[in-house]
Amino acid sequence: MSRVILLNLLRFITLVFIQVFLLKNISLYDLSTPYLYILFILILPFETPNLLLFPLAFILGLTIDAFYDTPGLHAMACVLLAFVRILFISITVQKEGFDNEPEPTLSLMGFRWFFTYTLILTLFHHFFLFILEVFRFSEIQYTLARALLSSIFTVFLILISGLLFYKSKERK
Amino acid sequence: MRNLLIFITKYNAFFLFIIFEISALVIYIKYNSFQKATFINSTNQVTGNLYARVNQLKGYMSLREVNDSLARENASLRGQLKTSFYIDSVAKHKVIDTVYKQQYEYIDAFVINNSINHRNNYITINKGSRAGIAKGMGVICPQGVVGKIVFVGEHFSIIQSLLHKETIISAALAGTKDLGSFTWSDNMDPHAGLLYDVSNSASPKLGELVVTSDLSLFPAGVPIGKISNLHSKTAKGSFLNMDVTIAVDFSKLQYVYVVDNKFAAEQLGLEAQQKKDE
Repeated sequence: MSRVILLNLLRFITLVFIQVFLLKNISLYDLSTPYLYILFILILPFETPNLLLFPLAFILGLTIDAFYDTPGLHAMACVLLAFVRILFISITVQKEGFDNEPEPTLSLMGFRWFFTYTLILTLFHHFFLFILEVFRFSEIQYTLARALLSSIFTVFLILISGLLFYKSKERK
Repeated sequence: MRNLLIFITKYNAFFLFIIFEISALVIYIKYNSFQKATFINSTNQVTGNLYARVNQLKGYMSLREVNDSLARENASLRGQLKTSFYIDSVAKHKVIDTVYKQQYEYIDAFVINNSINHRNNYITINKGSRAGIAKGMGVICPQGVVGKIVFVGEHFSIIQSLLHKETIISAALAGTKDLGSFTWSDNMDPHAGLLYDVSNSASPKLGELVVTSDLSLFPAGVPIGKISNLHSKTAKGSFLNMDVTIAVDFSKLQYVYVVDNKFAAEQLGLEAQQKKDE
């Protein structure tokens, strides 16, 4: 149990660092900006109680906001992300038949499930984030294009990180 | 009552979602006003110091470019020294100069946080109220206009960058002094801007310099950019519109100067008085 907490704390710090000091400076043609930090919420253990999941998402969002100078924006998107995560998992996953403390990672759940999961959750988060950031109807076309291209970039990075930490023994 | 509790625990995810979403929304609405008077931003000690550390490291990587630009600036400043002019009259008396009074003072600062790929971009610098910076001051760099100060902490300040949808600067064509307004272009290109509301009688040329006008909070004549297209496709205002290439490369911004206008308080005071009288 304490191992899980330590691991997730480490993940939190690493992802925030990568997001703020590396990915914040990356932007393809002013269109595509990745937000890899949502990976933290995506791969929290299945067993995480809702009462813990929402505060974690909220704190992660606020931390990113502190560095991006957008108080509340990322927090809102992250809380929405946590909610969609709960819905998606309750629909697609049966919780029996796992080892203790399973996490929805690529190596455990297989490529097909993990890809759908990542894609849907990222799309929700990014569209909400970008539309809220611009908050203007006249640029809607451009905003949607940015959200879509950024989602593709983020999903790409998440899949790569999933492959990087792939454990072949985990799958049964 | 018991049924209500069962209902709430059954759908706890939804209720938690509502609670946290609303608290985030409150923060968003409350602190994202123009002035951003909040501690959850990069003037905060923790994030500010972290940014300062990382930027110290980053600074090493572009030492060469900075050296070059400093050397160039030195050279051009040296050119303006009295000693570099040929004096062909003999001075007879020592005159105490009362004609020129210092109007603008410059406070140099180092950029510790910067973004160019959002719809509204802000820049954080490492000087604050202790160095004499106040809200509303203009910010320039050797290449041109950078933005204006919107929030001041004790050690750090935040600049509303030129790349911000609310930034509008009073500009003029360098040659003919025709007035206009400058704003960032809608397509989020960090090198493109729009000069609009230029009078129809003006005759701008391609490549002509666009500078700050006498009416702006900057010293007159600070470059903003060059005209790249005489007839912009963007329809804004009812007069001439021109596309402008912005002079400053915001992605490489490192050193900036905050402009302290010594007469600003007097001018604002007078103008406020005039409004009251009307």
